[in-house]
Formats: sequence, structure tokens, C-alpha cells
Amino acid sequence: MAHEHKLAIFQGLVKFKSNTQKIWGVLIFLTIITAIEVVLGIYKPESLMTKVIGMKLLNWIFIILTIVKAYYITWDFMHMRDETKALRRMVVWTAVFLICYLVFILLQEGGYVEGVWETGYTKKDF
Amino acid sequence: MDTTVGNTGTEGKTWGGGNKPLKASYGKMMMWFFIVSDALTFSGFLAAYGFSRFKFIGSWPIADEVFTHVPFFHGNYPMIYVAFMTFILIMSSVTMVLAVDAGHHMNKAKVTLYMFLTIIGGLIFVGSQAWEWGTFIKGDYGAVQTKGGNILQFGEYVTVEGEQKFKRVALGDFAVAEEKYRSEHNRKNGLWFVQEGTLPTFTVGEIYKGLESHPNVLVRTQTINEEGEKTVLSREESLMQIKNNGKLVVEGANLHVNEYGTSLFADFFFFITGFHGFHVFSGVVINIIIFFNVILGTYERRGSYEMVEKVGLYWHFVDLVWVFVFTFFYLV
Repeated sequence: MAHEHKLAIFQGLVKFKSNTQKIWGVLIFLTIITAIEVVLGIYKPESLMTKVIGMKLLNWIFIILTIVKAYYITWDFMHMRDETKALRRMVVWTAVFLICYLVFILLQEGGYVEGVWETGYTKKDF
Repeated sequence: MDTTVGNTGTEGKTWGGGNKPLKASYGKMMMWFFIVSDALTFSGFLAAYGFSRFKFIGSWPIADEVFTHVPFFHGNYPMIYVAFMTFILIMSSVTMVLAVDAGHHMNKAKVTLYMFLTIIGGLIFVGSQAWEWGTFIKGDYGAVQTKGGNILQFGEYVTVEGEQKFKRVALGDFAVAEEKYRSEHNRKNGLWFVQEGTLPTFTVGEIYKGLESHPNVLVRTQTINEEGEKTVLSREESLMQIKNNGKLVVEGANLHVNEYGTSLFADFFFFITGFHGFHVFSGVVINIIIFFNVILGTYERRGSYEMVEKVGLYWHFVDLVWVFVFTFFYLV
């Protein structure tokens, strides 16, 4: 079964000799990402406060780094990289699609309710 | 008479049965499907948090000002401790995956060691979370809740390295204590089944007196201004707000009141980190069961350490969820 591991990460840019080595390599990578997040979170550089698509650039960076972390945890710690394509898609596509859908709807609605309250209970559709 | 069909004529064909197109065992696949459904539960919670936050985007508490404590150290260290907790959990994920790897090599001694380290990591994390809850419930500075349920906090402007900064002031540092007319109502006096919670240290009247006698103390509201900071009221407005609208002195946070801002924030904090903490706790319990099975040689006899792999999946999932909780509760 999943006894043979794919030992390359970053699209084959970094190759490891053994599975154990790969685990430590991924740990270092995840630690660096967490450190970047914490440093950005403490100092909050002024240049990253500009708004991009309705949200601060800093928050976009946090979310993207989180997804990168989630990818490596799933792919290398949970061995998704070694599973068959069908199993991988069954799990990942289902979850990603449903979560995106839910998040979009709830955030959209939350923003709308806020708008109604801010503008003195004036609704935008008639 | 032979009633069972022993021969279907499809042996050796694709549809003849016995195929494993996903090349995964039943148990592992079911663990994956459980994880998907649990991920949806957690994303439901986090999306609900996002909904409430978007709804109150102009007055939501700033996480950096809420989680500033590190055990055994005094001072203001935003996020340091949560980052440490994140690292502990990632580290225990690493020892877990090392245990799985050792299991593939049928190395019992190594599996035992790594499972043990994983359990220790999990316990440190749960302990840290309990401490974090304790600090959050106990509170920092205290605040006054208005009639409308908004939170008014106190502070003063101080000059740090030539820069004017708003520094929070604790209630006890300026409130003028008076004789108390009100004592906590217990079941033993008066009505049997009626009792109330602990009374706050100060009354709103005492806070107002203290505010009057300390000309440098100002009130800070929940409203976030254009610079992304909470709005600080002028001296006159501060006095007026406390006098006219102050209703309840709040110290710390629980499911009813929250000195850091809107009580929804505390509700979500308890609910989401609590649900995650419950997952970590159950993960630790399952890990302990598997740990003893490893020691007893169950998997050695079974010839496969796949059970370690399955609980490993669950354990990594707990880590995965924390990565998101960390981002959406503490960073964004």
C-alpha cells in the first residue's frame, strides 16, 4: 500500500533521501511559515495595510500562508501525496468546494447585514 | 439442492469483485471520510465566526490586545504564546508521522517512543489551552458595560519613546471604593432556588467617582476608527458616557459578558477553541490506547501498524484545524 513514498516536494525542486528526512524538511518549512506569520502579526507593516479585493493585503497573506501550511500537512504528514488520485480528489475536492460555498454565503450575508445597520436600516434591494 | 450461486462467470474480470481501486483499506478510507465531515463541522463554526465578525466589523475586538500573556512572564507579548502552542502541535504531528514511518518498518521500539512523545505534545497543548482559557476568563483591566451592551474600557495617554500611546488602566487603579450596600444573594437567605453570580469588585458609581478624581483617565469605546484603532473619547464625553450609560462593571469574560468587547467574541472563543480542545483531548486518549496496544505487541502480532496510521490521520487533522483557528482567531 502506501509504503512507498514520493520524496520530492515543491514540484520536485527539493528531493529527500528518505521519508524521515522529508518529514524534518517539511517541519522546517512549516516552522518558517509560522514564524513569518507571527512576525507579520506583531509588527503589522504599514505597507501591507492597503486593501486588495475588499480585504487588507496582510490578511490575504495570512490566509494564503495558512492554505500553504494546510497543503503540506495534508500532503506530507497525512500522506495524501502517496494516495491514489481518486481518493485524493474525493476527499479534497469535496471539502474545498463545500467550504468555499459555505464561507462565501455566510460572509456575503454578514457583510450585507452590517451594511443595513450602518446605513440606518435601509435595505439595498426592493 | 444447491441454492447459492457459486460461479458468476465474471471471475477475473474488472467487475468480478475483489478490486481495490483506491488502494486503501476500509478503515483508512472511513477515517478520511470522517475527517471530511469533521472539517465541514469546523468550517461551519469558523464561517459562523466570520459571519458575526463581518456583521460587527466596525467594533470587533482586536485579538492582539486580548491575548497578550505568557505564563511566568509579566508584560505585553501578543501572540507569542499562541505561536508556541502552534509549534507544539506541529511538533507532535511530526513525532506522529515518525511513529507511522517506524510502523512501516515494523520497528516497535521506535513506534513506542514516538507515540509517547506525541502524547506528551498533546498534553502540553491541552494544558496551554486550559491556561489560555483561565487567563481569558479572569480578565485584564476590567470594563463597564452600557445599557445597550457595549463595552467601555479605560486608559490614559502616556509618552513612550517620544510617542503618544494609549495605555490601558485597570479598574482597581482609579476606582474609589465606597461602603457596599449590596451583598451577594445566596440560596440560604431568602428565596431558596434563587441565587446570583459573584458581584463585581466595584459598582458603576465607584467607577464614576474614580474617573472624576483622575483627570488623565479616558474612556475607550468598541468602535474602530480609520486608523484601525479603538476610538478614545474626550474627557467630557468619557464622564458623560459612564454617568448616563454605564450599567454594569465587567471583569473578565464568560458566556454573558466580555470585558474585551462584544460578548459574541467570547462565545465564539469558548465554542471554537473548546471544540478543538475537545478534539485534542480525545486524540490524546485514542493515542494512549494505541500506545498501550503497541507496547503489548498487538500490531506486531497483527503484522501491520496500520492502526497507528489511522489515529495518525486523526491527529494530523487536529493540527490542521488548529492552523486555521490560529489564523482566523489570532492573526486576521
